[in-house]
Amino acid sequence: MSGAVDIRGVAKVFGTFTALQRVSLSIEDNEFFTLLGPSGCGKTTLLRLIAGFETVTEGEILLFGQNIANLEPNQRPVNTVFQQYALFPHMSVLENVAFGLKMKGMDAPSRTKRAGEMLEMVHLSDFANRAPAQLSGGQQQRVALARALAPQPKVLLLDEPLSALDLKLRQAMRLELKQLQQDTGITFIFVTHDQEEALTMSNRIAVMRAGQVQQIGTPREIYEAPVNRFVADFIGETNLLEVDVAAIVDGQAQVVLPGGFQITCPSATAEAGRHHLSIRPERMTLVPVGSGLEATVQNIVYLGTDLQVMVRLDGGADMQLRIQNAARVQVPAPGTRVGLHLEEGAARLLAD
Amino acid sequence: MAGPGTNAPQGEASFRNIRVQLLLPTWAMIGIFLLLPVLLMAVYSFLTKEMRGGVIWEFSLAAYDQFFVNRGLFGDEPATLEWTYIAVFWRSIVQALVATALCLAIGFPTAWFIATRPVATRGVWLFLITVPYWVNLLIRTVSLRFLIRENGPLNEGLLALGVISEPLAMINTNFAVQLGLFYSYLPFMVLPIYAAVERYNFALSEAAADLYASRWTTLREIVLPIVKPGIIAGCLLVFVPSLGAFLAPNLLGGAKNFMIGSLIEEQFKKSLGNWPFGAAVSMILMSLVLILLLLYARNASKSEVR
Repeated sequence: MSGAVDIRGVAKVFGTFTALQRVSLSIEDNEFFTLLGPSGCGKTTLLRLIAGFETVTEGEILLFGQNIANLEPNQRPVNTVFQQYALFPHMSVLENVAFGLKMKGMDAPSRTKRAGEMLEMVHLSDFANRAPAQLSGGQQQRVALARALAPQPKVLLLDEPLSALDLKLRQAMRLELKQLQQDTGITFIFVTHDQEEALTMSNRIAVMRAGQVQQIGTPREIYEAPVNRFVADFIGETNLLEVDVAAIVDGQAQVVLPGGFQITCPSATAEAGRHHLSIRPERMTLVPVGSGLEATVQNIVYLGTDLQVMVRLDGGADMQLRIQNAARVQVPAPGTRVGLHLEEGAARLLAD
Repeated sequence: MAGPGTNAPQGEASFRNIRVQLLLPTWAMIGIFLLLPVLLMAVYSFLTKEMRGGVIWEFSLAAYDQFFVNRGLFGDEPATLEWTYIAVFWRSIVQALVATALCLAIGFPTAWFIATRPVATRGVWLFLITVPYWVNLLIRTVSLRFLIRENGPLNEGLLALGVISEPLAMINTNFAVQLGLFYSYLPFMVLPIYAAVERYNFALSEAAADLYASRWTTLREIVLPIVKPGIIAGCLLVFVPSLGAFLAPNLLGGAKNFMIGSLIEEQFKKSLGNWPFGAAVSMILMSLVLILLLLYARNASKSEVR
């Protein structure tokens, strides 16, 4: 079976630097797929390889079954929304949006009509004759989007398109982008280093690090069942504890926490031995001393919607937990002895 | 205590005073080194010539008359348009245009090459481009003359290699003048284009390719319109001095390849001296260049409005 885009053993080497190490992944048609990772992880390189701005060192890139790895960018039926938009400064907004159509040989009246429709879609009809420099960042962003969507690409590539916008606009654009993807039915491949962006918009996410894919899954899978320390740490916040595991039976690990308290939790590995345990801070609650884990409150950080409580386990390990800043919550003072209750799915044993 | 409201006008006035003082050196520079010489030239062109150089302070249109009007050898025939000097102008314009085109053809790829090198090495390339300019133009032109003369190193080398069987006649040809102009003014083409290309955002080329434009289309529709100001600046910086050049035509071109610059220079020599005529030719040359610049400026502001 082949999806919209099949990346097969793609590697990219720049001189002595290996940007991608034989990456393979399959992106379904009509999917909002996100490549997520810190800078230098290879996510942008992978996007540029799909667009054709770089050539693969080895491997194949299939677009609906056809290998496009050796085609020039202007021969690939994919379009890109660039990080800094890359709008043509000497053309009007309308001319920018119509450019791809013009290059495809569409006659002037048709392309003006279609470009007009695209501008309507991104709510910029009134700005058709402006120069890009006369628009705000958010408006330029939407022009870039309209320009890339106008030629009806099979796949739309988005290279950190929201990173230049301020927070409020970024949040609004997330919803707009997601809506646009659903309305057009075009496969979106979205590159970002922002895990919140990835979680809120994607159907599936590939988490990348150092030129390799760490994990591919839905936002829920990535967040709740991370395979290794990197994914657990990169997506959201987590407490990582180094633990010894005696046995793993049916994917459930028997783990002894520092301080001697024993829990059973799902495991990403079948091998016993020394592993890391991830405990999500928002899946723990404070309970009276005597039931469950015991710890001492070290510090409290006020975050507005939440409170971050720093505790030290009796075994010596530092952890943090998040509790909602609700009216009923009683904030413990530093030095207070507290019990910690781990909710279902709070802890997970990682492969490394 | 005086409030800020009563204080402001006084402060503003003194600020204006300071501004005038600060601008004074600039105005003095422009006045003494730009306006005054041009004014002097304009005045001289309307004076009467003194036989051994210099002028007599007496109004006369003789210089312009000499340039434009032909009354025969003894000045007694009916007045017709004088073609001699217009021909010199025409030849100079063609020479300057060819030199500009040559500089553009070589300068644009050179500038592009330098601007696309890693930032660290660009300085080295620019340095190499400007190194010859540490040597005086006269010396460089004379060296060029030495290089291309009949038994110069270039001919000797080609003969030794067996590429040619007899020396090429390069000196005192149109080719030599072109070579001289090209060599003299190439950096004036390279540097402004470099500055434009260096600022060019190469993501735009990627965006064009992404939107199905071929390399040529990208160059024509995206790159050239955006770096156009650099190209025009380079062309003006080569064309204008080429038009008035006198070292290259004098030293490399011989008598046949006379240009405006040489014509003007001749007029200020002691033996032939005709200062008003030299001044008049200069004024005509300057007017011509000014008209070209105005045409360009009008064109540029028109495309700005679009």
